[in-house]
Amino acid sequence: MSEEIKWESQSDMPLMAMSLGRMTVNKTGSWRNLRPVIDKEKCIKCGICWKFCPDVAISIDEEDYPVVNLDFCKGCGICATECPKDAIEMVKEK
Amino acid sequence: MQKVMMGNHALSWGAKLSRAEVIAAYPITPQTEVVELLSNMCADGDLNAEFIKVESEHSAMAASMGAAAAGARTFTATSSQGLALMHEVLHWATGARLPIVMGNINRAMAPPWTIWTEQTDSIAQRDTGWIQIYTSSIQEIMDSVIQAYKVAEQIYLPVMVVLDSFVLSHTNENCDIPDQNKVDAYLPRFENAYRLNTDKPAAFGGLTGPDWYYELRYKIERDIQKAIPLFTETGKEFGEMFGREYGLVETYKLDDADIVLVASASIASTARPVIDQMREEDHKVGLVRIRVFRPFPADLLRKLLGGRKKVLVIDRNISFGMSGAFYAETKAALYNEKKAPPMWGYIAGLGGRDVPMDVIKGMITQTIAEDHPAEDIIWIGVKR
Amino acid sequence: MRYTIPEQEIMCSGHKACQGCGATLAMRYALKALGPKTILTIPACCWSVIDGPFPYSSVGVPLFHTAFETAAAVASGIRAGLAMRGDTETNVVAWAGDGGTFDIGIQALSGAVERNDDFIYVCYDNEAYMNTGIQRSSATPWGAVTTTTPARHFKQERKKDMIGIMAAHSIPYTASASVAYPEDFIRKLNIAKETPGAKFIHILASCPPGWKTAPELAIKLARLAVQTHVFPLYEIYEGRYYKLSMDPKKKPLIDYIKPQGRFRHLTEEQVDEMDKQVDERYDRLKEQVERSKPWFEAKKEK
Repeated sequence: MSEEIKWESQSDMPLMAMSLGRMTVNKTGSWRNLRPVIDKEKCIKCGICWKFCPDVAISIDEEDYPVVNLDFCKGCGICATECPKDAIEMVKEK
Repeated sequence: MQKVMMGNHALSWGAKLSRAEVIAAYPITPQTEVVELLSNMCADGDLNAEFIKVESEHSAMAASMGAAAAGARTFTATSSQGLALMHEVLHWATGARLPIVMGNINRAMAPPWTIWTEQTDSIAQRDTGWIQIYTSSIQEIMDSVIQAYKVAEQIYLPVMVVLDSFVLSHTNENCDIPDQNKVDAYLPRFENAYRLNTDKPAAFGGLTGPDWYYELRYKIERDIQKAIPLFTETGKEFGEMFGREYGLVETYKLDDADIVLVASASIASTARPVIDQMREEDHKVGLVRIRVFRPFPADLLRKLLGGRKKVLVIDRNISFGMSGAFYAETKAALYNEKKAPPMWGYIAGLGGRDVPMDVIKGMITQTIAEDHPAEDIIWIGVKR
Repeated sequence: MRYTIPEQEIMCSGHKACQGCGATLAMRYALKALGPKTILTIPACCWSVIDGPFPYSSVGVPLFHTAFETAAAVASGIRAGLAMRGDTETNVVAWAGDGGTFDIGIQALSGAVERNDDFIYVCYDNEAYMNTGIQRSSATPWGAVTTTTPARHFKQERKKDMIGIMAAHSIPYTASASVAYPEDFIRKLNIAKETPGAKFIHILASCPPGWKTAPELAIKLARLAVQTHVFPLYEIYEGRYYKLSMDPKKKPLIDYIKPQGRFRHLTEEQVDEMDKQVDERYDRLKEQVERSKPWFEAKKEK
């Protein structure tokens, strides 16, 4: 249920301000100035970057590598700072 | 079952018969007996309810919201300062569309400290979207709580049942306590379709911009207006089941009346023998007691008052800088009517000043004697 | 890969938090610990906005937005309402910022915990009224600059000891936490879940815009706060028995202060003054921990 919700009439609206969808409609990736780039050679698959992402924008793939969801990553840089192996570099977004 | 009881206890009985499930209240004179009896009823196992002994009225209304949002039938009671303290949360309860029922004992606002009756406390809340029922007998208090839930739960809006301090809260009347099974048939168990439900998670009250906030307000007004026919409907049904019918207003000797007194609460009940007296003196006087003040029964009042010779309104409240509230709103309802009568607005009884029969008679006599009211507010009994 | 915290995500992406928001991480972790059978009530605070505008939400559990002062009272009401419906399983959580906890919400909070109502109160503390633009609260530390405590009149009052106030109510469980130590926070929430009565957890949630620091340092600072003894992690059982969650060798306070613009104006003497306050508090805490040791020993033996 992450499509944008629009109404034509008040009769289509819920009785009170009650959420009907999830915020995943809001692609916060557009906020970014910097983008994390993961060096798989250096990565030790510790999961610390996944753990500390405030935007739930890092997931772990089948090979246990972190994958950044660029739809939502705000480019805060926490993952790069916390990575124990400096395997993440914050690169200027185009 | 028949029982002699005080007005406050009638509120407690109303809540008990309505099977209120959560009661969150803070004591304030003259409301204390309401919650004390409810507390005893819970302790004795006569009422199956959670009693939250909150630490202020603001928290009483907040806790009531939480309970109602969780899907429980919720009751509280307060008065004057307590009601005023709840103000912010009263708005919240309306916007959150929670069918809470509250008893308010009309007590004058401080300073100076006072415990006696005046309606300004509940009048000051008339903008919050709470339905307001002004009672004038102890039986009516009990019955109104039950009716209040029936209306509230159909339109998802909160209701306050209002009564005079001491004149009603602390006097005694013989009441008929309706049979619980019959009350259950009249007021069945309520399933809040919008309750907080982990199977259907939703956020309630999130930030809403100008493009949709307006429509949500429209819905509140649309729904509070539904209370107009609902009060008549549920009142008729109450009459059929329990022998006492309660509508938006109560009329007395109105049919052929030239002069109509519009009043509320205990002043209205004191007015009835005055009207009888004046009828003996060949004055065609009648009474309209406004029972439901919010939503304001404008259409009905236009029908009842249009074409009369004169109308006088007695307010036991004041909106400073304007006039009494019942007067202002009744006058406004009649404004566009072709046959709108001239209207007198009297202020009486503030701070619990007694309004006995001769004072009421004096107001009606004054209205009969004048062609037009001299002022917007006519103060009765001020020691100038 | 070994997950040290529950894998399941309940909070979703797309929320409105600033880059590097500690308050958001706190919620992400809390929901992992509490699970989907949780009802939240949130008063006016950053999370009123972070969750998203109507008609969207990001927490994934039922949420009752409420007035600023009322979080704890609403939580009491929700718990009573659920009880009357026969539900004793669902977690009831009041989730508030420092403003709604230390200041405007303190009365309702004191009332609810004095009644020992069964709920978890989590205060995520970013140390000022951040949602309204960084004005001081009684949780703002001594020395900090906010819009109402500018550099020439920086905050002269010490941070209110909210955990001490909660402990004074003798509630079953009180704890501090930091977003830099999610495993510890989750462990504490699990204890809270299983403990009947009122529970209070105070979690330090770094705020890059409010603390005037780069977003990427959010976790590092939340960790340094603990390591410099500014924000020690501990638990209080029954309002009397103290247990340190960790006793790190003290790092120099300046390591924590330096990266934060809100402390930039402090002179060396003032930093020393702050350091003295930090040491005083930590020493007092150690004394309380020491005195509590027999109680924990006795519990272990049982």
